[in-house]
Amino acid sequence: MFSNRYIFIYSTVMVIIVAVLLSLTAMLLQPRQEKNMTIAKIQGILAALNMNATPENAEELYQQYITTELAVDQNGQVTTIYKDGKFEMGEVRPFTIDLKKELYNKKMGSPFVVPLYIAEVNGDTLYIVPLRGTGLWGPVYGNIAFESNFNEIAGAYFTHDKETPGLGAEISTKEFSSQFIGKKIFNDAGNFVSVKVVKGGISTLATGQQIHGVDAISGGTITSNAVSEMLKNCLENYIVYIHNTITI
Amino acid sequence: MSAEIKEKDPLFSLKNRKLLTVPLNRENPITMQVLGICSALAVTAKLEPAVVMAISVTFVTGVGNLVISLLRKSIAPRIRIIVQLTVIATLVILVDQFLKAYAFDVSKQLSVFVGLIITNCIIMGRFEAFGMANKPWPSFLDGIGNGLGYGIILIIVSFFRELLGSGTLWGYPVLEKIGLYRLGYENNGMMILPPMALIVVGIIIWVQRSRVRDLIEDK
Repeated sequence: MFSNRYIFIYSTVMVIIVAVLLSLTAMLLQPRQEKNMTIAKIQGILAALNMNATPENAEELYQQYITTELAVDQNGQVTTIYKDGKFEMGEVRPFTIDLKKELYNKKMGSPFVVPLYIAEVNGDTLYIVPLRGTGLWGPVYGNIAFESNFNEIAGAYFTHDKETPGLGAEISTKEFSSQFIGKKIFNDAGNFVSVKVVKGGISTLATGQQIHGVDAISGGTITSNAVSEMLKNCLENYIVYIHNTITI
Repeated sequence: MSAEIKEKDPLFSLKNRKLLTVPLNRENPITMQVLGICSALAVTAKLEPAVVMAISVTFVTGVGNLVISLLRKSIAPRIRIIVQLTVIATLVILVDQFLKAYAFDVSKQLSVFVGLIITNCIIMGRFEAFGMANKPWPSFLDGIGNGLGYGIILIIVSFFRELLGSGTLWGYPVLEKIGLYRLGYENNGMMILPPMALIVVGIIIWVQRSRVRDLIEDK
């Protein structure tokens, strides 16, 4: 028979061994995991430019194409400019901004800043907006690139942590994200309308509205709605900036 | 008792080989014991996550059963479930951490389901039914066998679901390449929804029992 004393000691020892083992593993693997995450973030930004970066050449391509990183505050004012590896304004690199925290601040009505990346590709200026939202099981996120008029979408990339494989997880496929190319976030009157993911397909929309919509994923309605919501929530932060800087 | 200890089984004796092969068919955890159904529905919409899931579960059942078997004499019966859960959770977190560090892409794809291995009934079922009462080596084989038995069903189910639901296999557009869509064929959207996994599992059980007739229960 086992005494209570034995059971207590046994459990304590077991828990300590497990805790040490797991913390050691986590500590040893952390640098690798963080590097993976940074590279994944860079790959995501490049993917919005329709570039397929490998983990090896991601950082190199990023330096080659992304010329400027900006931080834009809640009033649409630029607070940080990080250009060609040097700060022209501010001192925190916009790349390191934690979008999750900033969007939480936004929800709470506190001041926040959001990053904006500017790329030069074959002489064209492209704007890349990082996105983050809430899917069915966990966060959905991605990047969306705009042509120099900051209206027409040049490319999009979406990914997720926990969406259902085969259903909501399909947002990370090229078939889904390539639908966004050529869509517009402003209507002809210049008002912000975002791009919606439409259940049942954009053929159900009026002809004039189809430029602001893409087809949803069958079986992935909640994730599809999350993408719509994410686009609206993240893009509206830049409206003032767009009106101030870009004249069409 | 003493004779039993002296008489050492060779590593792959018939008895030990059976531990590996029996769960593939006659005692399959999914079709015969109806365990692990939950994840069989969730990860089988595509072939690739199903395969990685099968490998991960096989690793956890194999190593976990081994650890439990090594500890079996020291585990107080009153806290055995807690000990088993701790072992499972530790192994699963290790798998998850290593995937994140060395196979980042795969870990992103499997996402939540790696963590959900903890709740897979097969693992705990094997610890209780086998690891707690048998020697380490047979326990290890039993764990691997059951992991594979689970995996094989996952792979069969996901093969049909991906082929009929998305028209692809491992992401490769098979049906498009053979030109089926031009004949007016369309993917069956039902196949990618979880209920169809249950129906496919049902069909597998039907086929299995009609081939191995003595599995059919007496009325």
